[in-house]
Order: sequence, then structure tokens, then C-alpha cells
Amino acid sequence: MATPATPASAPAATPAPAPAPAATAAPASVPAPAPTPASAPAPAPAPAPVPAPAPAPASSSDSATAPATTAAPGQTPASTPAPAQTPAQSLPGPALPGPFPGGRVVRLHPVILASIVDSYERRNEGAARVIGTLLGTVDKHSVEVTNCFSVPHNESEDEVAVDMEFAKNMYELHKKVSPNELILGWYATGHDITEHSVLIHEYYSREAPNPIHLTVDTSLQNGRMSIKAYVSTLMGVPGRTMGVMFTPLTVKYAYYDTERIGVDLIMKTCFSPNRVIGLSSDLQQVGGASARIQDALSTVLQYAEDVLSGKVSADNTVGRFLMSLVNQVPKIVPDDFETMLNSNINDLLMVTYLANLTQSQIALNEKLVNL
Amino acid sequence: RQNAHAQRIFSAKKMASRKEGTGSAATSSSSTTGPAGKGKGKGGSGDSAVKQVQIDGLVVLKIIKHYQEEGQGTEVVQGVLLGLVVEDRLEITNCFPFPQHTEDDADFDEVQYQMEMMRSLRHVNIDHLHVGWYQSTYYGSFVTRALLDSQFSYQHAIEESVVLIYDPIKTAQGSLSLKAYRLTPKLMEVCKEKDFSPEALKKGNITFEHMFEEVPIVIKNSHLINVLMWELEKKSAVADKHELLSLASSNHLGKNLQLLMDRVDEMSQDIVKYNTYMRNTSKQQQQKHQYQQRRQQENMQRQSRGEPPLPEEDLSKLFKPPQPPARMDSLLIAGQINTYCQNIKEFTAQNLGKLFMAQALQEYNN
Repeated sequence: MATPATPASAPAATPAPAPAPAATAAPASVPAPAPTPASAPAPAPAPAPVPAPAPAPASSSDSATAPATTAAPGQTPASTPAPAQTPAQSLPGPALPGPFPGGRVVRLHPVILASIVDSYERRNEGAARVIGTLLGTVDKHSVEVTNCFSVPHNESEDEVAVDMEFAKNMYELHKKVSPNELILGWYATGHDITEHSVLIHEYYSREAPNPIHLTVDTSLQNGRMSIKAYVSTLMGVPGRTMGVMFTPLTVKYAYYDTERIGVDLIMKTCFSPNRVIGLSSDLQQVGGASARIQDALSTVLQYAEDVLSGKVSADNTVGRFLMSLVNQVPKIVPDDFETMLNSNINDLLMVTYLANLTQSQIALNEKLVNL
Repeated sequence: RQNAHAQRIFSAKKMASRKEGTGSAATSSSSTTGPAGKGKGKGGSGDSAVKQVQIDGLVVLKIIKHYQEEGQGTEVVQGVLLGLVVEDRLEITNCFPFPQHTEDDADFDEVQYQMEMMRSLRHVNIDHLHVGWYQSTYYGSFVTRALLDSQFSYQHAIEESVVLIYDPIKTAQGSLSLKAYRLTPKLMEVCKEKDFSPEALKKGNITFEHMFEEVPIVIKNSHLINVLMWELEKKSAVADKHELLSLASSNHLGKNLQLLMDRVDEMSQDIVKYNTYMRNTSKQQQQKHQYQQRRQQENMQRQSRGEPPLPEEDLSKLFKPPQPPARMDSLLIAGQINTYCQNIKEFTAQNLGKLFMAQALQEYNN
């Protein structure tokens, strides 16, 4: 699935987007073969040669003035190939063509998304979206995004200005805390990829090889906050000026254990009327955890009953899981269990007693010293 | 480390004195109702100014992440909390971490880092008012002199500041452990005088239980973040680790008890010192008494012989009173022991609950 991106400047060239599944009825000839094989999905050669609108012989410099071409953003899979101008020469050579470092999976930590939403809420008056830098680490199979910060920028119909100085400074500051984080790309809120995105993407290409672009849909189109990641790839007729396409990537959510627990807790605010929750006491937590397991067990039981009564067809893999589950319950001779239980309880009670004793001791000490 | 803290506080003071009523707070919909003003909490002079701490989900996640990535073993990670004060509630809306290992990098300027960070955050409309700091802890040991000093400086500069203690090990066991502490007003008074002698402490009537007060925490999210949470819940797999229900407790308990024992040892050393001091004082008293008596006797003898009496000598010069041992340290140790005991009791209570549940299940099986 490729999303064509409209560039912001430059001489015209032939577009050649080719969304593989939804090849819209496009009459015409086939320009380019697929761009860099590693990153692009096999584009079906059935692009639409859209007549390039009056090739605005715009200044081919990186000026941020976009010609008034139709932007055709749209990241829905069935996107129609749009007239795509090419920004061409301004793209740094070595960054794009190589295979996307780290494969095609982007692992996000929830703290990033919370940060992005928070910066969106704090945006300046009149700004439709916010952008910022993504930081993280790269490894062989995936890219892990662990931090981000927002960057002030101004965007209007014709131009976009990003405060790169600020971005650099913030990156330096962040590096002092976590020296292992690298600039991986950038994010933007909003559900479109606009012309300006391409320019901004270009800015970021200078900072990082093959940057990722993340969009978080805070305008809640389709009633969901969709989170997507893209990497840009070259496309076009070889030998002529090349276009840029944003290829989607798989997004997975990665959690540290403690993060998982934190997120579970924070999620509870969804259920409380004024979105406020307190931290619960120790036994309440045990109660909560057991309630969760109870729910899980009742789901499993329900499934088993459904299968038995014939409502649902049996699935072997599930059956195997169930069997291993049942086998995991250890068979303990009741007497042994009693002894184990009692000794554990004794230990705990003794420790509680000791703790209480210590506390009374220090209280006593306090009194004596103050005499 | 203490110098670093002092520097940080200095910059905090500067920032506090430059509190501007910009509209930045107004745009943040993550704070609650109405006038998100920057007014100071109006507590009574004896009361604490902050009754409740409200933390954004984002801050919690950031603290967790910071420890996870940068903290190892017994090192503490620290950072600054940003937010604002609304009536008697302290709202924490953002935070940023402080780099560690500053000793390695000699020309690293903490104050400058902080100023730059806050300036940059201001550009993107994040609340830049310094309201406290956070620190991770190892098995609950955080009652130290350094913490006391830092918190005092913070609280002196900014009345409502708190220190958030995050316990990663307890969190990994299944439930978020985040506590907010402030110094009690009594302790603030004592620290202000910088007088930690026993008399001052006795006057202030400070016991180890009244050093820190815990402020209740609530977590609050904006609507948009709630939407995000729904989204995440749909997309992420259910957590498959149920650490909270694990019955294995001996490791954790052992560690806790070890730390407790160390502290109790220190405490007992302290007590020994105190006892020697008492003994010395009483011995000295006796000696003084004896000396006085001898003097009197001599004087009487001299009088009877018609000689001038010996001049009264200044007893205090002859008998220098022994130094009373520092009370502050033992207070801190007592406070720490108290915290350990509380933690242990909570932990054992949880485990007892779990054991009883296991017993009930087993009986049901049989």
C-alpha cells in the first residue's frame, strides 16, 4: 500500500504511484518499475498517468513554497493515485535508496503517544497540527521509538517553517540523559499527509538516515485515533526526476513490564466520571488482579461450554492451550500443601511481628531520648 | 550530589521569581476545571499548602520509562516535575529527567541544563513552573540527609513542592508505587534555623513520624488521552504476566529484611553513642559536684586558718560538657526504619491474602 505524497516544489515529472490492491481504473501507460525493492510493497504496474497540472516551474530550490497543486493525501488503502509532483533533487542520495534500516516494524512505547497527544492539546492558537522529533534505537529487525519532543513550527497554506535550531538543541539536551537515543524521524498529528509533510520529511532526512514519519490522528476521523507510520521511498521513472511516496509500516506497541502496569492503571481513568483515579491499597490490588483472572477464566469456560454444546466449532490450537493450562496446575498432596501453606504463613506472620516490634522500639527510643 | 541539588534549587528560585501569568496554562486542557491560575495554594500558616497531588498519566509513564532505561541497580534516577498549583491541589503536568553521572563530565552545568530545558519547553507551551522533583528508590530507602536537604530547599523556594518517590521494584511486582512527600511545617522550621541540636529538635517536638507527610495522589487524564488509551487497549495484547498474584515472596522479603537489619544496626550504634554520652555527662556532673565540695572544704579550712579563700573558678571551663550526639541522623534512621516496616507490613498483608486464597482454592479442589 503506497500513499502518494505531494511534494512542495519543483519541476514536474511523471508520477507513478501504484497502490497494489486498489488499482483504480487508470487508463494508461506504465512508467517506472518499483522503486527500492526492500521498502516498497510490490507495486502493481498500473499507475495512473495523471496529467501533471501545469508544471509550475517552481524554483527548484528548497523554498517552502508549494505550488498550488492539488494535494491528494489520503492514507486509506484504497487511495487513488494522485497527481504527484516530485521534489526530486533535494533528496539526499544515500539515505533513501538503501533498504529501510531495521525492517518494517516500528515498535512504539505508549509514552510517545501520550506525549504527542499532550503536545497537541497544548498547541498554539490557530495551529492545526503539531510536529515533533522521534527518538529511539534501531536494531536489526525493528525500530524502537522510545522518546519524543515537540518542535514549534508554523504552517500556512503556502509555506511551512520548522524551528530546526530548537530541534537540535532539544536533541542535545535529551542526549545528555539518554546517550543511546538517536533521531529516528518525526511525527505529526492529523490524519493527512500534506505537501508540507514532504518538506518536513526532507528536513529530517538530513538528521537521520531514512527517517520514519508517524501520524497520530487526533481529529478522530472515523471515530478512532489511528496511528500510522510511514517511511518515504523514491518512485518514478529512473533517469528522470524521482517522486516520493510514503510507504506504511507495521506499528506494534512495546511495553516494559512496569510500563504495562502503569498503562493499566492509567487506563482506569476511562471509567471514572471525572477522569480521576487514586492509587489503590495493597489488598485492593490483589482483589483487582484476581477479578481479572476470574474474568479470563469465565471466558475460557464459556468457550469450552460452547464447543461442547456445538455452538462453536472446536479449534485444535485452542484445545492444546487449554490442555497445557490444566496441566499446569500442580498436583499436590493435601498434607504437603498444608505444611507448605502453614510454614509460609508462619514466616509472614513472624516478619509482621518483627516489623511491629521494631516500630514500637524506635517509638520508645524516641520517647526516652526526648526525656 | 548535594551541591548539585543546591544548584538546582537556586535555579528553581530564579524561575519562581519570574512567574509569569502567561496563557500557557490556559491552553492545556489536561488541567481540570476553570481558572487554572498560577496562584499559590492558600494554606493556613500551620496547615500544609497542598492537600492533594494530581498527576497526569503522561508524567507517570515518563517516570517509569526514565527509570527503566537509565536506572540500574541501586542508583537513583532523578528529574524535575513541572506543573501548576490550583487552590489546594498540586497539578503535575509534565516532567523531564536529569542526567546522571554528572561527576564524569566535569563541565556539565546542571543549572544550565535545567534552564535550557525549561526555556525550550516553554516554547511548546508546556507548563514551565517548577513544582517539585522525583526520585526512584531502591526497596524503599529514601529517607536520607540528601533528600531532606533537597526537599527543604525546594519547599523553601516553592511552597507547594513535593517529592515523588517511585519504587520500581514494587511496581514490577504488580502495582504502581508512587508516593508524594512533603516536609512537615515543624521540620521546615527546624531546617530553617539550620539548628539540628537536640534542644531545638526537642523544642520542635519532632518525632520520626512527623518528618514527612504523605500527600494523596490521584491520576488524571484528559479526554483525548482516554481515547488514546482505548485505542491502545484494542491494539495491544493483554498483559500475560500476573506478577501480582505470584506466591513467591521470599526473595523480596529477604532483601527488605536485610536492609532493615542494616538500619537497625546503625540505630543501635547510635544508641550506644547516646548512652556513652549520657554516662559521660553524669560522670561529669559527679566530678563537678566533688570538685565543688572539695573547694568548699578548702575554703572552710582556709577561713579557719585566716587565709583568703581561693577564688571561685569557672566550673564550666574546667569541665567541658561532652558533645551531645547529633540527633538528626538518628531521626532519619528512625524514619527510614519506619518506612521499611510499613513496606514490609504491606507486603506481608498482601501475601497472606494470596496464601489464604490459594488455600481456599485447594480446599475446593479436594
